[in-house]
Amino acid sequence: MSRWVIKGLRTGIKTTVYPRAVEHAAGVTPGLPCGCDASSPSAAAALVDRCPAQVFSEINGKVTADSRRCVHCYRCVRGVEYPADWQQTYEWATVCNSQNEFDQPFKRSIHICVVDAGDCGACLNEVKQLNNPYYNMHRLGFFITPSPRHADVLLVVGPVTDHMRFALKKTYDAMPAPKRVVAVGACALTGGVFANSFVCANGVAEVLPVDVEVPGNPPPPLAILHGLLAAAGRKPPASVVSTPAPMESNPAK
Amino acid sequence: MNRTELKRNIERHWPDVQCGFDAAGSKSELKCNRATLAELCGRLFLEWDFSFAGLIVEEGASEWQLRYCFYGEREAGWVHVLAAAPLAEKVFPSIVKFVHAADWHEREAEDLFGLIFEGHPRLGDFILHDDAWQENVEPMRRDFDARAAMSHRKPDADWRPDRIVQESGAFVMPVGPKFSGVTESVHFLLETVGEDVIRSTPRLFYKWRAIEKLAEGKTVDEVLLLAERFAATTAFAHGLAFCQAVETICGADVPARAKALRIFLAELERLRQHAGAIQEICESTALVVANSQAGILEEDLLRISCELTGHRYLFGLLAIGGLLCDLPNDACAKALEQSQQTLKRLNELERQLRVSSSFLDRLEEVGIVAHRDATAYGLLGPIARASGLVRDLRKAQPYLGYENFDFDVPGEHEGDGYARLRVLFAEARQSVRIMEQSVSALQNGSFRELLRFHAGAALGWVEAPRGGTFHWVRLADDRRVARYRIVTPSFANWHGFHLAVEKFAFQDFPIMLSTFDLSVAENDR
Repeated sequence: MSRWVIKGLRTGIKTTVYPRAVEHAAGVTPGLPCGCDASSPSAAAALVDRCPAQVFSEINGKVTADSRRCVHCYRCVRGVEYPADWQQTYEWATVCNSQNEFDQPFKRSIHICVVDAGDCGACLNEVKQLNNPYYNMHRLGFFITPSPRHADVLLVVGPVTDHMRFALKKTYDAMPAPKRVVAVGACALTGGVFANSFVCANGVAEVLPVDVEVPGNPPPPLAILHGLLAAAGRKPPASVVSTPAPMESNPAK
Repeated sequence: MNRTELKRNIERHWPDVQCGFDAAGSKSELKCNRATLAELCGRLFLEWDFSFAGLIVEEGASEWQLRYCFYGEREAGWVHVLAAAPLAEKVFPSIVKFVHAADWHEREAEDLFGLIFEGHPRLGDFILHDDAWQENVEPMRRDFDARAAMSHRKPDADWRPDRIVQESGAFVMPVGPKFSGVTESVHFLLETVGEDVIRSTPRLFYKWRAIEKLAEGKTVDEVLLLAERFAATTAFAHGLAFCQAVETICGADVPARAKALRIFLAELERLRQHAGAIQEICESTALVVANSQAGILEEDLLRISCELTGHRYLFGLLAIGGLLCDLPNDACAKALEQSQQTLKRLNELERQLRVSSSFLDRLEEVGIVAHRDATAYGLLGPIARASGLVRDLRKAQPYLGYENFDFDVPGEHEGDGYARLRVLFAEARQSVRIMEQSVSALQNGSFRELLRFHAGAALGWVEAPRGGTFHWVRLADDRRVARYRIVTPSFANWHGFHLAVEKFAFQDFPIMLSTFDLSVAENDR
């Protein structure tokens, strides 16, 4: 057994610098599209048309992006003449319940109950990564709890299938107040590619009051961490609609 | 058995069966009537060493078309057994008494199409849960509108499933659908009289998103998005199987560069998924340092994937006819080098695990699946190979030019949790071996052939990280998808999961669950 202790010590500290500083390691985030300053109206229209998830809308030649809808299909940057701008960030979470000021109980340690409501496995796998040494969310006072009775935050992934609707509501009702709901992933926000169907809701908001939304398909662990920090009022949320920003790097192209 | 022998055998046994070979010669289509169906399928499966790939039901204009797909070793190729009946007649003979692997396929067809399989021991309450759905809803029928919202019956909290164990003191331990920390939604009914699990019934399809129904009437590109996203931990394999089905319909020849890149990415995904499965096994045995180490390796591989392709789960790379974008040779070489480094650390982890007695005690002789059972249930992938059922689509029915690659298919024969773990490690090594060869096989040239779609139907198959996956696609005259049938490895392996659980103690349940590496999303679709 002592071999394991030595192995653990030899590995050293892997933990990310986020949220103290910006994490620059390669591959921590897929990024999100953020619209573009189209060179011509036809280029703008082509971009709006090409997106299968209706992310883009065009106003006076300026294309803005609703990142909540993005399903990471890369149709807007790959194999096109005028690609959309792409931001390699990860602080994407928005707070959508502004009347509900996040209060004192959420400022310190938070227990999180995770419910899979029809997720494809990717969002859930990214939530699971939060416990690996790279993200180690325990250091921030975040703990996963199996029981809704101990939970402060309900983290929901997936579009909410009809079979899970009842279980999800029961889990929410079993949580003591005050409680927050964090919806993670494009499917949990809008239904994603499973939207408008006879077996799914178009996102968690149709079933429960959502407080924090984390876009992405799937959002990387750092984005989910930002969502939890935003729910705790420890990080400012992102703005809802992203507009073209000066680009630093764009590996997606 | 090769195709000539097969034809001779069939002519001898059933002179009335029409035997057709396709032009390429890899597929035989056998048209039979309902009376001979079960016996013919049984002989293929039990005597002539064919594996069952899946049952595909199609509702034609005037008749039902049932297609039972089988595949054998390379010289035997594919055999599709076809049976038809007028739409008004909904009764078919069940083949489960010979082909137990078809059990869940028939239950699914009964639930979603309203077909009746005569002789099947247990139909009903499968995909459409009895406590939430109205009677006589048949959502896969053509006239069912998938876009309209449905009003469901209010879930009945008092609903109880059938119980089999009737001993005094026997009880049912319900687990799920929300259970434990970060887990997919599935419900288990564990029947017990105390310490051991006597009977286990997983109740699945809490996550049923009706992908097959949603795909109908959509364009090929829209369905590709669904194919990639219904089970995203193995997104590339499923997207690839869909692409290959459409490419077969169009008679496309994918450029050599795209083939080599697809193999590279498919093996990178397998390596990452296996590292994730190993992490879950370490977690379930509560070996904390090993869990952390495996977690680091999985995250490293996710980052390698993202650095190379822009996405941690390889979304948005596949296109019909090749890839959506090219990947530079030096970036692939870099990803390969990083993967080799990760593999070295994975090997170190294995060496250390294999001498940790407390870890081995929890895996050895736990959750045993015998070879005979694995064959009868048609288990797939690493689970089957740990029970000595070593059939890998990359060798048996090669695609993308896997036949030109030098690699082994690792197998074990104990069929316990430890054998499954060893297979995962061994397969990870083979994946890196294939990646090395695919990088040196990278030729300059185009990465995508632009295709014209036309009507037709074809099967695409891929050895996904969890086992063989089979995607049947039919394009209509308007070049939209008319039928999309997905058969996934988890669908087969969930069917056989109870074999591993029964007769073992409760505290081993999480370990058996993790060594089976099951995906609920893949099963539920």
